[in-house]
Amino acid sequence: MGAPVNPAYRRYHPKWHRDRMPIFWWLRQLSYARFIARELTSVVVAYAAVLLLVELRAISLGPEAFDRFTAWLRSPIPTVLHVFALAALIWHALTWLHLAPRALVVRLGGRRLPDAAVLLGHYAAWIAASALLLWAVLSA
Amino acid sequence: MPEAVAIDIRRYRPEEEAEPHWQRYDVPFRREWMVLDALNYIKDEVDGTLAYRWSCRMGVCGSCGMMVNGQPTLTCATYLESLLPGPIRVEPLRGLPVIRDLVGELSDFLAKLKRVKPWIEREEERPTAAGEYLQTPAEVAAYKQYAMCINCLLCYAACPIYELEPEFLGPAAIALAQRYNLDSRDEGHEERMDVLSTHDGIWACTFVGECSTVCPKNVDPAGAIQRYKLEAALDWAKSVVLPWGRQ
Amino acid sequence: MKPHRSREPGLWLLFSAGGTLTALLLPMLVFVLWVAPSLGWMEPLTHAAVAPLARHVLVRLLLFVLVTLSLYHWAHRFRYTLYDGLQLYHLNRLIAVLTYGTATALTAVGAFIVWG
Repeated sequence: MGAPVNPAYRRYHPKWHRDRMPIFWWLRQLSYARFIARELTSVVVAYAAVLLLVELRAISLGPEAFDRFTAWLRSPIPTVLHVFALAALIWHALTWLHLAPRALVVRLGGRRLPDAAVLLGHYAAWIAASALLLWAVLSA
Repeated sequence: MPEAVAIDIRRYRPEEEAEPHWQRYDVPFRREWMVLDALNYIKDEVDGTLAYRWSCRMGVCGSCGMMVNGQPTLTCATYLESLLPGPIRVEPLRGLPVIRDLVGELSDFLAKLKRVKPWIEREEERPTAAGEYLQTPAEVAAYKQYAMCINCLLCYAACPIYELEPEFLGPAAIALAQRYNLDSRDEGHEERMDVLSTHDGIWACTFVGECSTVCPKNVDPAGAIQRYKLEAALDWAKSVVLPWGRQ
Repeated sequence: MKPHRSREPGLWLLFSAGGTLTALLLPMLVFVLWVAPSLGWMEPLTHAAVAPLARHVLVRLLLFVLVTLSLYHWAHRFRYTLYDGLQLYHLNRLIAVLTYGTATALTAVGAFIVWG
């Protein structure tokens, strides 16, 4: 082969055909739509973080502020919103825990730990952390 | 079982038209036929102008990759029966420029493959008289999965990032880089990291995971990329925390 | 670090740490703090019960780390979603500033709320 071809020329070669990618390419097939849905759960993560800060602020402002916050939590729209948020966060957690073993190759004694073992470890951590949180809040 | 099945093929003849068009063919249905057999029937009996690639017809050469009903697949490994009742849509692999009919342009992938140096890199070659490089079964197992790649480019067709950002190195190139990185005989790890740990390398990947889903050889390029992300990130962290001792 | 290697590794580490921590903690936290009380499955927390817990230094540390990593996790992921999902490559700089900038600003606010 001769000198490297200018990539722009190669990409827009006068005779080769290239399909344009539609803006909503992720609606083209289910696996892509699920991918985008999975990525958008990060918005719910940010919302949860912000609401946590709001709640902490309410706590530090005193009982009246905190009661107002609790009342707002119990009103219909926030209640419905938070049920959906919980579903989204569970979806985030499930997809994350299932993808993590693909990135972590744990070798023990020269043999790679099977994906199922790493996944089980993650689930165990998830259950343990959740149980700990539940206990911490219930005992308050 | 039907007598015949309809195949819709996306034809493109650059000397005659500016845009591709669909053309329907009726092909006899045989239970043992793959999509490739149907294409060969069309070429032999119906329309000799159809252009497509194929070779081994047994799933090891990687030539016959095409989109069948919107999924990248090896046409030599896809039964017509599994696609009944039809019509079956056959198109060239997505993400690649189309030269003609079902033939995609591969030079982009080949250039990227070359950049990741898919060979054993050593500081000093061992002379033949010194004997073979010995590897334990465990050392072979470390990279064997990634050595199974047949360069069929189904993963490139499945990857939306490659279609969106043609500069992206892509799943197979990175998996093949890993095949050598993880090979105990290789010493080219640093050089490859300069190519891989870039915006168009591993960091463009958002772990959609479709590449591994469509891979006919279970190479799991998505896994290779995520593993390498972790490795590159930890290497970067080490270089920040312990900057001495690096060239 | 060689110059042509990307700055991404650090951002990816933040994103990964955030993803893991939020995956492990947020579902139960959201359930116990916001969903269960609103649906009547748990008694709502009283200020008297929760204030001492929230003042504890370890709790503050955990919550601050959780909030910070959540924000940077979102910033990184959302940036790529806009980038690829809506093909806004030409706005790359702007999106990076808006996402990481928001995360940093909210982290500063968080620092004030948690430690102030």
